[in-house]
Amino acid sequence: MKSLRRFLTRGLNFATRRAHDERLREEIEEHIALQTTENIRAGLSPIEARRQAILKFGGMEGVREEYRAERGLLFIENLLRDVVFAFRMLRKSPGFTAVAVVTLAFAIGANAVVFSVLNALILHPLHVPQSESLYGIQHGNEASSYQSYPDYLDLRDRNRSFDDLAAYDAAQVGLDNGENTARAWVLLASGNYFDELRLQPFLGRFFHASDEHGANSAPYIVLAYDYWHTHFQDDFGVVGRTVQVNKHPYTVIGVAPPRFHGTLVFFNPAFFVPLVDQEQVEGMNELNARGKRWVFMTMGHLKAGVTPAQAVADLNSIGSYLEKTYPKDDDQRTFTLARPSLYGDYLGKPVRTFMTGLMLLAGLILLAACANLGSLFAARAADRSREVALRLALGASRGRILRQLFTEALLLSLMGGTVGIWGSVALLRSLSVWQPFSRWPIQLPVNPDAYVYGVALLLTLASGFLFGAVPVRQVLHTDPYEIIKSGSIARVGSRFIVRDLALVVQIAICAVLVTSSMVAVRGLLRSLHSNFGFEPRNVLLADTDLTMTGYRGDSVPPMQKRMIEAVESIPGVKSVGLSDWAPLVSGGERGADVFTDVSADLKPSNAAADAFTFSISPEYFDAAGTALLSGRAFTWHDGKNAPPVAVINQEFARKVFGSSTSATGRYFKRSDGTRIQVVGVVEDGKYDRVTEDPRPAMFLPILQSPSTQTYLAVRSDREPGQLAAAVRIAVRRLDAGLPLYIGPWHKEMDTALFASRIAAMALGVMGVVGAMLSVTGIFGMAAYSVSKRLKELGIRMALGAQRREVLQAALGRAFKLLAVGSAAGLLLGILASRVLAFVVYSATPSDPLVLAGVVLAMASLGLLAAWIPAQRALSIDPALLLREE
Amino acid sequence: MKQKTDVLQGTLALMVLKTLDVLGSLHGYGIARRIEQISGDLLAVNQGTLYPLLLKLEQEGVIASEWGASENNRRARFYRLTREGRKQLQVETQDWEQTAAIIGRFFAAKAEDLS
Repeated sequence: MKSLRRFLTRGLNFATRRAHDERLREEIEEHIALQTTENIRAGLSPIEARRQAILKFGGMEGVREEYRAERGLLFIENLLRDVVFAFRMLRKSPGFTAVAVVTLAFAIGANAVVFSVLNALILHPLHVPQSESLYGIQHGNEASSYQSYPDYLDLRDRNRSFDDLAAYDAAQVGLDNGENTARAWVLLASGNYFDELRLQPFLGRFFHASDEHGANSAPYIVLAYDYWHTHFQDDFGVVGRTVQVNKHPYTVIGVAPPRFHGTLVFFNPAFFVPLVDQEQVEGMNELNARGKRWVFMTMGHLKAGVTPAQAVADLNSIGSYLEKTYPKDDDQRTFTLARPSLYGDYLGKPVRTFMTGLMLLAGLILLAACANLGSLFAARAADRSREVALRLALGASRGRILRQLFTEALLLSLMGGTVGIWGSVALLRSLSVWQPFSRWPIQLPVNPDAYVYGVALLLTLASGFLFGAVPVRQVLHTDPYEIIKSGSIARVGSRFIVRDLALVVQIAICAVLVTSSMVAVRGLLRSLHSNFGFEPRNVLLADTDLTMTGYRGDSVPPMQKRMIEAVESIPGVKSVGLSDWAPLVSGGERGADVFTDVSADLKPSNAAADAFTFSISPEYFDAAGTALLSGRAFTWHDGKNAPPVAVINQEFARKVFGSSTSATGRYFKRSDGTRIQVVGVVEDGKYDRVTEDPRPAMFLPILQSPSTQTYLAVRSDREPGQLAAAVRIAVRRLDAGLPLYIGPWHKEMDTALFASRIAAMALGVMGVVGAMLSVTGIFGMAAYSVSKRLKELGIRMALGAQRREVLQAALGRAFKLLAVGSAAGLLLGILASRVLAFVVYSATPSDPLVLAGVVLAMASLGLLAAWIPAQRALSIDPALLLREE
Repeated sequence: MKQKTDVLQGTLALMVLKTLDVLGSLHGYGIARRIEQISGDLLAVNQGTLYPLLLKLEQEGVIASEWGASENNRRARFYRLTREGRKQLQVETQDWEQTAAIIGRFFAAKAEDLS
C-alpha cells in the first residue's frame, strides 16, 4: 500500500519536477543560512562560518542526486533522456538510420508474413472449440483419408475412442435461387457434423443426426456465413426459403458462424448439405457401396483421457474386423490420426515441411540482418570511441554507456519493426482476399492475429538486443586514457574479430537464400516446360456437370454427344474431345484397382496396379494432344453392347503386362470382375500433380463407363476469348441452364502448379531480401574499412602504390570474407534444397546452372557493394589527407 | 578520537519522527540540529542526507510539510507528524525497545546464567 502510494506520488512528481528542484534549492539555502548564523554566533568570521556550514552539510550534488532519485522515477527519466539522445544520434547519420530501418523492416516483415501463414495454416487453423482434441482419420499406408460410407458407419459405431465421428465430402452443385443457376461448392456433412464440432448456428438451426432417415431424406441447407453475406445480402429472413440444388428443392435452415469455413482450412464452401443426400447432390447413390471410397474425411474429438496411440489401436482393430467381414471390399485397413485442417498429412506434411523451412529461412534472414546491423553498430561504436572515452573519463559508468547504446539499438529495431509489421499486415490482408483459382473456392485466411503481433514484437525486441550486443565487448574494453592520448587510430591487424565473423555468417546465410531461391525458380521453369503427356496450349477446356440441370442415366451420353457435335461445328475448331476428368485441372484421386487376367481372387491386396481412370470420347487423344503409341483409339461403336475395351498408358502396360509393346490385344480385369481388352497404348503423363512419378492410367470409352462430369477439350488456333464465347453460345443452344466454366487448359492448370509457384515466389522473395542484405553488409564492411584506413592508404599512395595494390589493401579482406561466406552458404544451400524437392518439381541442387548462377550472383553482389568504397579509396588525394591530420 | 558513527537510514528516520513528535512543527535545519544535540554530537548527521529522507517520509505520508517563516524571517519548509506518522512512531518505538531490551539482556548475561 505504502509503496504504491510512493510510486504514484513519484509519478506525479515526475511530471512536476521543476518545482521540486526549486524547493530543494530553497531548503538547502535556508539550511546553510541558519547554520552560518549559528556559526557566527559561535565566533567564526562570516566567511569561515559559511564554509563550515557547507562542509557540515556534505556533498551538495550527492544530496541533490539522492533527492531526485527519491522523488521521481529515475529510471524513466534516464530512459527518456537516452531516447532523446539516441534520436539525435540517429538523425545525425540519416544514411545509417535508413539502411538499418529498411533492413530490419524487410527482415521483420518477412518473419511476420511467414509466421502469420504458419499460424493460420498450422498452429491455429480451425475456428472451432477445443480444436486440439480434433483428429481426422487417415489410412495407415498412405496420406489419404477416403472412406466408403458403410465403412464410415462402422468406424463411427464401433470405436470407443471418439466422442463421435463426423464425416464430410466436397462437391460442386448447381444452385438455383429462383433467378438463375450458379455453380457452388458445398460440403456434404454427416448429420452429427456441427454437433461434433461443438458449433452454434449464427442464424436458424443446424441439421442433426436425428434428421437423417436414409437416402435423400434431409433436403436442408446450412449456408456458410460468407456466402450468406455475398449471395443472400445478409438477409435475416433467409431461414425457411426454398432453393433448387441440382433441380431438387432444398430448404435453408440456418447460417453457420462467421469464422467457420468448414474443416478444410483453405476451402470455402458456399453451404452445407447432409451427406445422406449424396444422390441428389453428387448424382450417384453410394451410401451402401462398401467398395466405393468417396467420403473425403472422417474426424472427431478424442474422448478425454484417450491418447492418439490408443485411438489408433482401437481403429486398427475395427480395420481388421472389416477386413475379415468384407474381404471382397476391404483390404488390410490400418489407420493413423492427423489434423483435419490440411487434409491430414496429404497436404499437411508438405505444407508443414515447407512452412517450417520457410520460417527457418526467414529466421536466417533476421539473423543475417542482425549480423549486418551488429557490424555496422560495432563500426559506429569504434567511430565513437573518442566520445565514449570522454564520457568514461568524466565519470559515466560503463553500464550507463551500454544502456545508451542499447537504447539506440532498440529504438532502431522498433522503428524497423513498425515499418515491417505495417507492410506485412498490408500484404497479408491482400493475401487473405486473394482467390488464386477461379475454379476452386480456395482462399488463404492468413489475417494476422494477436499471436502474430506478439511474435513480431518479440522478434523486434530480440533483434534489437542481439545487434545492440555486438559492440558491448568493445565498450567494456575501452581505455579512455589510451584513446584520448593517441586519437582515433584503428588497429589494423590480421586479427579475426567478431565483426568479421558476423559478416561471414551473414554472407553465408544470404548465399543459402540465394541458392534455394535459384533452385526453386529453376525447378518451376522446368516444370512449366516439361512433358505432361498432353499438350495444353491452344486447347480450351469447357466443363460442366450434367447432374446440375437434371440429366440422369440414359439421357447423359446423347447430350454429351450433342455437345461435342455442336462445338465441333464451330469454325476454326480442329478437334473436340470429352473426358470426365481433366489432367492437372480437376484434382482429386481417381485410382481403381486392376488385376491381371489370370487372377481369380479379386481382393484389393491382389491388385496388379492402382490405375488412374478416365472416361473419354473417341477424339479425346487428338484434342488433348496425347500420342497414341500403338493400337487404336476408341470409336462411337465402343458402346454399351460392344465388348469392353480400354486404352492404357505405358506405365500401366509395364505394371500389368510387363512391357508396353505387347500389351495391345491382351486382357485385364477390374475389381467387379469385368474383363477388358486393351486396344491401344498411349504415352505416360502427369495426371494429378506435376511432381508425381509415372502412374498407371486407363482410358475407358465414355459410352461404356458413363459419367455426368463433362470436360470438353477444344483444340483450335482461334483466339481463346472469341472461341470461348462461341462455345458458350453453342452449348446454350442445347441447354440454356447449363452452368459452364471455360478457360485455356494451361491457365486452368494453375492449381497443379500452384504449390511450385508459391514456393518459387516465396523463395524468390527471400532470395532477393537475402541478396539485398548481403549488399548492405558488404557495403558497410568495405566502406568502414576504407574510411578507417584512409590515412594508411594515403601514405601508401604517396609512396607510389598502384591502384591495384591500393584496392587490394582496402578491399582484399572484404572479398576474402565474401568468398569464405559464399562457399559455406552454397554448401549449406545445396543441403537445404533437398527439402525443396518435396514441393518444387525437379529441384536438383547440383544443377551446374544453379551453382554457376549462385557464384555469379554472389560475386556481382560483392562487386556492387564494394564499388562505392573502392571509388573512395581510389580518389584519395594523399597530399590533402596527410595535411589534414 | 573515536570516529563519529554513521547513522543508519532506519534509525535516522526514527529519530526524525521522534523529534517531530516531541517538538511539533520544525524545519529541516531544526531537525538536524536537534538530532545532533540529543545524540551529544556523537551522531553528526551528514546533514544534507536528511533532505532525501524527509522527502521519502513525506511521500510515505508519515510526515507533512508546508512553507512557513523561519526565525530569521525567511521562507522555510516546516515538517510535522501526521496521524499515520504518530501511529508508525508508536509501533517502531515498541519494536525498538523490544530489540534494545533483548540485546541488553544478552549483554547482561553472565556465563553462569547460560550454564
